[in-house]
Amino acid sequence: MIQFNNVAKTFRKARVLDGISLDIAIGERVALIGSNGAGKTTLIRCLLGEYTHDGSVAINGLDPRSNRTAVLGTIGFVPQLPPPLKMPVGQLIDFSASLCGTDPQRIHGIAKRLGLDVESILSRQFVRLSGGMKQKLLIAIALGRDAKVLVMDEPAANLDPEARKIFFDLLAERLDDATMIISSHRLDEVSALVNRVIEMDMGKVVLDDKVADAVTLTAKLACRIALSRFEPAFAKALDGWNIASHDEGKLIWEGEIAGPDRLRFLGIISRYTALVSDLSLSEN
Amino acid sequence: MKQLWLTAKLDIVESLRARWFQIYTLVFGGIVALLFLFGLTESRVLGFIGLSRLLVTYIQLTMAILPIFVLITTVRSVAGDREAGVFEYLLSLPVSLSAWFWGKIVGRYIVVFAPVFLAMLGAVIWASIQGIEVPWDMFGYYTALLAVMAMCFLGIGMLISSVARTTDMAQGAAFMVWLFLLLFLDLILLGVMIQGKVSPEIAVTLALANPLQVFRTAALALFDPQLIVLGPSAYVILDLFGATGYKIFALAYPAALGIVSATMGYFIFRRGDLP
Repeated sequence: MIQFNNVAKTFRKARVLDGISLDIAIGERVALIGSNGAGKTTLIRCLLGEYTHDGSVAINGLDPRSNRTAVLGTIGFVPQLPPPLKMPVGQLIDFSASLCGTDPQRIHGIAKRLGLDVESILSRQFVRLSGGMKQKLLIAIALGRDAKVLVMDEPAANLDPEARKIFFDLLAERLDDATMIISSHRLDEVSALVNRVIEMDMGKVVLDDKVADAVTLTAKLACRIALSRFEPAFAKALDGWNIASHDEGKLIWEGEIAGPDRLRFLGIISRYTALVSDLSLSEN
Repeated sequence: MKQLWLTAKLDIVESLRARWFQIYTLVFGGIVALLFLFGLTESRVLGFIGLSRLLVTYIQLTMAILPIFVLITTVRSVAGDREAGVFEYLLSLPVSLSAWFWGKIVGRYIVVFAPVFLAMLGAVIWASIQGIEVPWDMFGYYTALLAVMAMCFLGIGMLISSVARTTDMAQGAAFMVWLFLLLFLDLILLGVMIQGKVSPEIAVTLALANPLQVFRTAALALFDPQLIVLGPSAYVILDLFGATGYKIFALAYPAALGIVSATMGYFIFRRGDLP
């Protein structure tokens, strides 16, 4: 599906990619991890045909640089930082849909599932949306077409837990027909989404490992937390995850979290360990 | 073609919302309004009265403002978009590089030319309503002159944007180009001629290679066909081209310069890193 063959990239005298060779098959979900400056974004830009480089990159045998329209028509891309586009949301959707040969309503539909009502913001400038709204829209544009490759740079970073849950569902719907490359500088952010981890450092692949595919993207976990005393800051954090308390003293909290989000959720809980007297997570 | 027009439309919408475009439109609309307000149509210079007087003044002012405005705003927005990650995202969509680059030029051209032309057209419409005679020949030629002026500096601006990797570098280079052309209008040319280091023919040829000078002379030729104010240089120009020949040259040369610059810019753009 995707082949990187001895890909190298140098900026002035700095070697940012140093002979990367990778084979990524259809259906693989790859976490591309590494610290800042490891070369993740450069590798993605080579994959998108945006950078010139030594070596070769091919998607289904085609070079993305010389077959832009054919190759990029099969790639859905979500950047880490939303671009500061002044155009209205409606035009961005129409422009993307027209180039990708998809129906704008399909993008509207996915945005709606993510909790973004596109109809009410069609005339608003993209740059004026909140971080979360921009992210949802860019995800909707990437998923609102028949992309065979999804390239996402920290895609869920700005999403609230509810939207993350739906985002995982959306990815689960594409498991059989798409290859995913998800870039992040932290493995715990994406570990549950992937079945292969590629770690980069100083422009080289330092780890390439298959991981157990035990966590399904659509899994849901029933959560119950008992607190030793009420703490407003913790209550606010739980509220953000749609975990609610129905008892008077607000000591018992219950709700549901997305399976792939379990590590992230436990990370939040760990900040308030002293308050937690009982915790259970059980798969539905 | 569809991709090209989509990109052009995108650039137009982006530009219409940009602060520079609002200032740009205000400047040219304001110039025409001020010229009317100060009663320029009633004043007489070199036998010119009415709308022709206003058009002569308008084109002179436009020549001073349009080149630097087009150069700076083009390089700022193109290089700025690249720096801000706009290229990274939009060029990840399935659009060909030629459609993207030329679409941007078409969109930008419409946005740059429209306010300058519409301001002049507004003056003509207002004059017609007021019963002032409209010099249609002059209006037609000035329109063509403005069209190629915009084309010329837009092409140069796109070339600079393709070469420079940062907004600061692009802006600096655009300013230097404009300054260089400006100095070659009079200062350097006069200097070398006074020192007697070059023949008048070479000095005139150098001047004619400068699009700013070409526009200035062409605008001048409309109300001074013998180019008397240019002195001896007029002989070289008129001998070389003739009056009509020069008018054609003043349209063809800057247009060619703009297209060649834009084409060079395109080849540099597609050869290198895009974002």
